[in-house]
Amino acid sequence: MTKNNGFFQWIESGSQALDLEMQDSLRDPDEVEQEEAARELDDALMPAERKKRRSVFSALRAADTKRFNTIYRVLAVMLCAGLIAFMLFSVAQMPSFGNPDTLTHSELSSFYARNTIRDSGAANIICGIILDYRGFDTLGESHVLFIAVCTVMMLLRSPNDGEASELDAEDLREHYLEVRHDNILVMIARFVVPVLLVFGVYVVLNGHLSPGGGFSGGAILGGALLLYLFAYGYRRTERFMTIRTFRVVSCCALVSYSTLKCYHFYTGVNGIASIFRRGTYGTLFSGGMLLPLDIAVGLVVACTMYTFFTLFRKGDF
Amino acid sequence: MEFWQNIPMLLVVFSLMSAAICSVLPGKVARVWLTAATGLACAASAFFLAKMLGFEGDYVYKMGEFGAPYGNELRCGRLEAVVALTFTSVLFLAVLGGAHRISTEVDPQRRPLFCTVSLLLQAALIAMTYTNDMFTGYVFIEITTIAACALICVKSRGRTMFAATRYMIMNLIGSGLFLFGLCMMYCLTGHLLFPQLKEQIALLAARGRYGVPLYTALILMGLGIAIKAGLYPFHTWIPNAYSSATPSAAAMLSSLVSKTYIFLLLKAVWRVFGPETFQPVGDVLFVFSMLGIVMGSVEAIFEHNVRRMVAWSSVAQIGYIFMALSLCTREGAAAAVFHIAAHSCAKSTLFLSAGRLVEVSGGKSDFRDLRGAGLRAPLAGAAFSVGAMSIVGIPVLGGFASKVFLVEAALQLSKWKCILMLAVLAVSVVLNVAYFLRTVLTLYRDPIASEAAAAKAPRAGAAFCVSMSALIGLSVALGVCGGTVMNWIRAGAALL
Repeated sequence: MTKNNGFFQWIESGSQALDLEMQDSLRDPDEVEQEEAARELDDALMPAERKKRRSVFSALRAADTKRFNTIYRVLAVMLCAGLIAFMLFSVAQMPSFGNPDTLTHSELSSFYARNTIRDSGAANIICGIILDYRGFDTLGESHVLFIAVCTVMMLLRSPNDGEASELDAEDLREHYLEVRHDNILVMIARFVVPVLLVFGVYVVLNGHLSPGGGFSGGAILGGALLLYLFAYGYRRTERFMTIRTFRVVSCCALVSYSTLKCYHFYTGVNGIASIFRRGTYGTLFSGGMLLPLDIAVGLVVACTMYTFFTLFRKGDF
Repeated sequence: MEFWQNIPMLLVVFSLMSAAICSVLPGKVARVWLTAATGLACAASAFFLAKMLGFEGDYVYKMGEFGAPYGNELRCGRLEAVVALTFTSVLFLAVLGGAHRISTEVDPQRRPLFCTVSLLLQAALIAMTYTNDMFTGYVFIEITTIAACALICVKSRGRTMFAATRYMIMNLIGSGLFLFGLCMMYCLTGHLLFPQLKEQIALLAARGRYGVPLYTALILMGLGIAIKAGLYPFHTWIPNAYSSATPSAAAMLSSLVSKTYIFLLLKAVWRVFGPETFQPVGDVLFVFSMLGIVMGSVEAIFEHNVRRMVAWSSVAQIGYIFMALSLCTREGAAAAVFHIAAHSCAKSTLFLSAGRLVEVSGGKSDFRDLRGAGLRAPLAGAAFSVGAMSIVGIPVLGGFASKVFLVEAALQLSKWKCILMLAVLAVSVVLNVAYFLRTVLTLYRDPIASEAAAAKAPRAGAAFCVSMSALIGLSVALGVCGGTVMNWIRAGAALL
């Protein structure tokens, strides 16, 4: 076997050969040319003495940089090792997990275990805690997801889309390479997507009765939408899901979530009877406000998952 | 419970809702909405403070039917009301004062998102100010962090991407450390709400059990906040982030985002850790902050780019606040809160006016190129001078009053610590004068053939004038009525 193979070259010389090639191809040829021309002009205009000084200076600086990098790496490794040792040392002295005497297992857990059903009507205690007792945290947490999508949207959407889409050749090539109508995928998706969607809806709706809830159900719904997208391509999904849909759906979900929570806080603290009554234990409407809250969270999460993925596609969405 | 006592909760929910609504509105409407929502929050906070001054003590606001230790809570007192009013009014004025730059520097597509992010920041600021729950604090720290990143990179030119990446890495490390400390604290105590945490920590400290993990948690939380606020050795992200962002974003970042973390730490020191328990960590922070005060000013002297100079001065000012906080005395806490207010007003004035001064000098930001800029843009020049003088500590301005209170706090300390603190304060005033005076003087020197540049610069508009005048007014008001405001703060700090 010859060693001229790219793979062996790569092994022998580290990753440098490949890196250099990639960097060159990434740069715009015009830009490189201009830079070289500018450098030549610079050299021609510069007096010989200064040129010499510059070369000496850059050599010195290179040596300095190298030394700095070495010291920096050594120090960084030492600092990290020290921190790790310190953290392990202090974690080792923490109360052991599952020990009934430790404080974590004292009043809070037993209070929640005993009273969640009475207080919030949720058979799923986790749901009762995150949507009722500590509902303010969860309200904030949903907005963390929202602001994350907003920021990614800000970063990844090209500035001039929305006008007639001006995709350059590279983008079009990428769109061409997207998988479309792969037979196996389409056949599987045809069976799996409806099941996933129904299951996702089930998990969202039964969040207060069984394990799951808005976050996990929303993730399943988002996954189902993504599978549909892989199987049928963007053109099919864009018929019902564009950036506009995402914005409207998540806006409506968040606003209704905030409104419900606001009503909940207001009635709770002022001792007013809420119009959301707790029904019979174990039925769909037993949780009062928990069901609409779960639906709102589920919608936000599903939209977030789908949008995060599609934002990484070039061009308009 | 009377209706006005619901205002903090309503403000948080209102800001969250208007952020969601802003994301679907077209650009222009979104901006009107943003201005209206921040203005309304500012007015409501002022009303709340007025009501709070007539109210004895403070009160706990349950978020839902169940209060401590089972559900989330807010705690509202004079201290929180003063801080919330500072934050909301500075946010409102920063939005107003940078509006004309948003339309030139930000792509039309990103403008509604800028409004969304600013409103989410407002919600987080109010929530973190009033919260009585450690984990709620962390959730809104997350929102603040992401919002700050988005605010830096909303302007897609220049070094913003570089600055935002650096900012994000440092701040995520800070959040991570804080979360780790919070988890350890929860494992040790089994609670997340302030009063219960404090009880359990006092018990643990009295019994001497789990000393190492407890202090590790304190160190991690203090360190996390110090990194996020940009205390001296962890300040490296500040100059790039503040100087490359658009002026309103720079004003928000420097005067709101880092301050809200510090205020959370201040509340945690008094309401959770207990000042005696926190003292050892506070001593370390004290050393860092003194280094920061001196080094930030020295770096600012060597800096020629006017916006980076102002950013370096932020490093020094963060040092002041941490110094007052790390004394672990009530007087120190009150001085820290007053300095937060005074510095927020002055620093946002500086960033907004510096943006305008650079604009009328043909976009050059070296301070030597700003010759005569104060004559070309009189209001911006006046605002910059007032902001600079306030930071230096010239009487009748907020910065002077806050230095007086810092000195008062220092005088209560033990002999050597007091001398050290006074010496650092004195040195820093001299250093501040060195770099601010030369800049202010340059602003009013004869211009060098930049009339053409002045003619090209777009008009600032009424919003900028209103914002600048209001900020100047705030700085003067804080200086003139410093005693009154400080009395409110002291009354609040007595309840910490």
